Amino acid sequence: MTAPVAVSLTVNGERIDAQVLPRLNLADFLREHLGLTGTHVGCEHGVCGACTVRVDGDIVRACLLLAVQTHNASVETIEGLSDSGEVADLQAAFCNRNALQCGYCTPGMLMAAQDLLRQNAAPDRAQIREHLSGNYCRCTGYHAIIDAVEATALARRGEQP
Amino acid sequence: MKASAFSYIRPTTIDDALALLAQYGEQAKVLSGGQSLMPALNLRLSAPEWLVDIGGLSDLRTIAVSRGLLRIGALARHVDVLKSADVAEHAPLLADAMVHVAHPAIRNKGTMGGNLAHADPASEMPACMIALDAVIVVRSRAGERRLQARDFFIGIYETALAAEELLVAVEIPVANQNSVRFFHEYARRNGDYAIVGLAASATLDGGSFADLRLGFFAVGDRPLLATAARHLIGRPVTAAMLAEAQAALEAELDPQEDQQAPVAMRKHLARQLLALCVATLLGRADLEARRSA
Ligand SMILES: Cc1cc2nc3c(=O)[nH]c(=O)nc-3n(C[C@H](O)[C@H](O)[C@H](O)COP(=O)(O)OP(=O)(O)OC[C@H]3O[C@@H](n4cnc5c(N)ncnc54)[C@H](O)[C@@H]3O)c2cc1C
Ligand code: FES
Ligand code: FES
Repeated sequence: MTAPVAVSLTVNGERIDAQVLPRLNLADFLREHLGLTGTHVGCEHGVCGACTVRVDGDIVRACLLLAVQTHNASVETIEGLSDSGEVADLQAAFCNRNALQCGYCTPGMLMAAQDLLRQNAAPDRAQIREHLSGNYCRCTGYHAIIDAVEATALARRGEQP
Repeated sequence: MKASAFSYIRPTTIDDALALLAQYGEQAKVLSGGQSLMPALNLRLSAPEWLVDIGGLSDLRTIAVSRGLLRIGALARHVDVLKSADVAEHAPLLADAMVHVAHPAIRNKGTMGGNLAHADPASEMPACMIALDAVIVVRSRAGERRLQARDFFIGIYETALAAEELLVAVEIPVANQNSVRFFHEYARRNGDYAIVGLAASATLDGGSFADLRLGFFAVGDRPLLATAARHLIGRPVTAAMLAEAQAALEAELDPQEDQQAPVAMRKHLARQLLALCVATLLGRADLEARRSA
């Protein structure tokens, strides 16, 4: 049916029951239905990475996932990772290194960078670039972002930059 | 842009999925990882009435080896293929190629079945499948068909799949001791679709090729199993043989002109890739000179 469908999921640990139209994507659901506007929407076809969120532990494009597909899933957004403190050091490193200007790409960058650091505690710069290759930044020129991620990885390993 | 309205259904068995496809035919689209379909819906290049979400068909997720065949289920995600020990051991070409497919967040959703069914001529996996002589297994209510990969891809975004058929798996003969492989693509950025690429699989006999399968991509409307390989098989390769093969290759190519590259550039890059491939697989740096010829 093109009529609303019932979904139950958790978003940042909180249980959500909602009625959604099949065509509603997860990014719009988070932003417009739940008011979680930290997940940004740039291109709506998968190329910019601004909408990156975590679903069942894996980063995905929220613009390429239907809200109905997240039934029974656990969704985590930048608000969740900020509030829990999981990315506090990464956020501080982004500020310190001027790794953001307008900030449009930043939530997606943080999600992708944290995903890398969870899988690889000691990534080299090429690996950082590879992991962030799907996230566009129109302001910084990327170097400062790579620096911030590298510095965070070092600090988490207890090493000096 | 936003997708236009559609109805959504998520079958839990393959039989139910096939019944739905038989019922809705052209009005339905299969939704797998959504990493090609969702962009098309959001851009309104496609506006089906029904989406049949096959994400719940967990039987299609398996990667397994039996009787000399590596079988990859349609729902195996790109990241699963990338991390699979069976793939690394029995079809390492796929792992080499998969790191070039899109970006981590997309590889977490995109599936083998969706990638092959999408049949983008610039896509890596279809070329790997023709190089590895894979069989693509498709099913409808009428039964199963098994298609050679080279017969499966028939045009830009076009395959031999009928609307009521589901791609269920791909089967690849496992690599043997003398198997070697080569993968390289020219792309503007990491994870972008290739300008030109080559996935090759070969069997060595001493310093010669006993067999050489060259799967070029982004050189035409579908992946190309280059017959130019016949100039390189069964004897020690000389510079003259390679030049002949390069000329034969150029005649087989039918590249498109697009914003990424003009036709002449694609032809040039394909010749370069052939030389690089032969030199690398045979460990013959002397043949690499043909790259700049
Ligand atoms: C930014 C970006 C970059 C990308 N870069 C690359 C790249 O470099 N190389 C590359 O190869 N791909 C690339 N992709 C595409 C990606 O690999 C897709 O995941 C893949 O092409 C489609 O797989 P899917 O599971 O997401 O399929 P879907 O998007 O769900 O489906 C794709 C098509 O196949 C049909 N379909 C899906 N599954 C089946 C099935 N089992 N049986 C029958 N029909 C089926 C659907 O109806 C649809 O028409 C990129 C995508 C994005 C968004
Ligand atoms: S808005 Fe999702 S990738 Fe650009
Ligand atoms: S800070 Fe503006 S897009 Fe990255």
